[in-house]
Amino acid sequence: MKKTQIAITYVILLIAAVFMCFPVLFSLSLSFSDLSDILRGDYIPDSLNWTNYVNAFNTQPLLHYMINSAITGVLSTTLQIIFALLAAYAIVFIPFRGKKIVFMIMMATMMIPGEVLVISNFQTIRSWNLLNTYAGLILPGLASTFGIFLFRQNMMQIPRELKEASTVVGISDFGFFIKVVAPMVKNTVVTLAIYFFLVSWNSYMWPLLSTTKDTVRTVQIGLRQLQNTEAVSDYGMMAAGAMITSLPTLLLIFFGQKRLQEGMTKGALK
Amino acid sequence: MSKIELRDLTKSYDGKVNILEKINLEVEEGEFYVLVGPSGCGKSTLLRVIAGLEKITDGTLKIDGKTANHMLPKDRSLSMVFQNYALYPHMTVKDNILFGLDVKKVPKEEQKRRLAEAAEMLGLTPYLKRKPRELSGGQRQRVALARSVCSQAPLCLMDEPLSNLDAKLRGQMRTEIRRLQKKLGLTVIYVTHDQVEAMTMGDRIMVLQGGKIQQTGTPLELYNEPANTFVAGFIGSPQMNLARARMTDMGLILNDSLLMPVSEEERGRLPQGGRWQIGVRAEQIELAAAGDPLAIPVRVVNTEMMGNETQVLFEVGKELFTARWTGQYLIEAGQDLAIRLSADSFHFFDEASGMLTRAALQIKGHAALTA
Repeated sequence: MKKTQIAITYVILLIAAVFMCFPVLFSLSLSFSDLSDILRGDYIPDSLNWTNYVNAFNTQPLLHYMINSAITGVLSTTLQIIFALLAAYAIVFIPFRGKKIVFMIMMATMMIPGEVLVISNFQTIRSWNLLNTYAGLILPGLASTFGIFLFRQNMMQIPRELKEASTVVGISDFGFFIKVVAPMVKNTVVTLAIYFFLVSWNSYMWPLLSTTKDTVRTVQIGLRQLQNTEAVSDYGMMAAGAMITSLPTLLLIFFGQKRLQEGMTKGALK
Repeated sequence: MSKIELRDLTKSYDGKVNILEKINLEVEEGEFYVLVGPSGCGKSTLLRVIAGLEKITDGTLKIDGKTANHMLPKDRSLSMVFQNYALYPHMTVKDNILFGLDVKKVPKEEQKRRLAEAAEMLGLTPYLKRKPRELSGGQRQRVALARSVCSQAPLCLMDEPLSNLDAKLRGQMRTEIRRLQKKLGLTVIYVTHDQVEAMTMGDRIMVLQGGKIQQTGTPLELYNEPANTFVAGFIGSPQMNLARARMTDMGLILNDSLLMPVSEEERGRLPQGGRWQIGVRAEQIELAAAGDPLAIPVRVVNTEMMGNETQVLFEVGKELFTARWTGQYLIEAGQDLAIRLSADSFHFFDEASGMLTRAALQIKGHAALTA
């Protein structure tokens, strides 16, 4: 009985895994195939053919785009974390009038899809002359309600007495934040940082709108441009580009997975 | 000059309900002062007001003779020990103990010296490099105390510091805290809901209920002369037996059911009036000798055998009375028993207000006090 249950679970999981992995594996095999083979419907390459990768780098400045993505990713992640930490700290530990309402408005903004705000954001960024700058890329996403919410939940688990003990010995709010709160929510910081970086790396719509030049253009736009450059799309090269683009995120997940899981379960056990 | 002085202190969160009402209190230097009361009575709030963690709605607070209503917590030169110890989980025991000394600009050398001293005093020296989660409850409690000791603040506020410990450890820590306080000459204000802690540790006790002071005094004053029925029921274990009493020609009738004969002399010593609430301690109820004309028959509901003493429960009207006798009495539930009560050992309270009108004239064991 138990064994059949386990068997069924595994079969279902396997099917799901195949479904999930199929597009990735398909792209991987395309990236090593000749265009003529692909057009004939032969998707399994005979040998590891790296020309698609070389072509992808030659057609578009992919490396440059990746560096741009890395810069915007690191900057926006760092700033989002800092702002979310500070905002959550204020909401949890500093008493002020209208706190509940402020927090409710913040939460309400989570219900608004980002796409709705694109036009007004674009107008704002353009009028500030920030199109085609890193600042323009990063600025609209700096306040992460999700991050604030997650940190708030995390900080609410910190006993009130810890704050009071600090107050009694004369430690300021900022001192308490640095010495106690930040180290105690460290795991959430790591979890969120990975998440923010992935979101930034994978974002497409806003970079597409706010950049028109190669100088600050990010990798997802570059990927899209691989398709535009030729009459017949070179599927192999596009797949190679996709592989290159997803490599950093895969590495991040691979190495960060343990911390991610820790961050999600550790708080529960205290 | 008293260390802490409160004058008509009132605290309210919403301006309507007073959490604390007109509290007057003086704590002398070097005194162990206990605030005791059931949960929600305002005792913790009072402590937090003194610490400066809560604002004062009305009245004055003086520390060392200076008005301190708006003084910042850090300027009140006090330390605080919390119920959940307030240890920082990511810091070592050492850092936890020294927490806050950097802000106070205590030199590193001095910090080291204080740490060694406090750790030695509380037996924490082997654990200084550990994290709080690697310590037992009692050790954590000692870390919290060590932090207080290290701060060298003359006033220490403790908010139910022992309630997370098991009974045996609690007993140990009671003695330890008391010894520490005497050794360092600390002024301690100690909040607890446990009357045993209050009785055993306090130089003086304040009983709070519903944000109002019920009584202040030494442990024995509270025990021997409870100001009202609340204090009478709260202080002492087992709880004082309380009943309605009325005087008739035949004697006192308790809870309209138990007739208790009263001798002529006792009758002369009764307070004014004919109806009261009375209270009698469990140890004042005696087993009647055979053939005693003043014996009262009762039926036993339950017995609790402790080994060194026996507690016998019997019904008086709808209330349960407890009698406590030294020794091992093998009494079955349902058994009939003859007991002996003396009106001289009763506390009499006003029927309506519950205020004490006459304290017990005989206190069992009182001779031991003067011996």
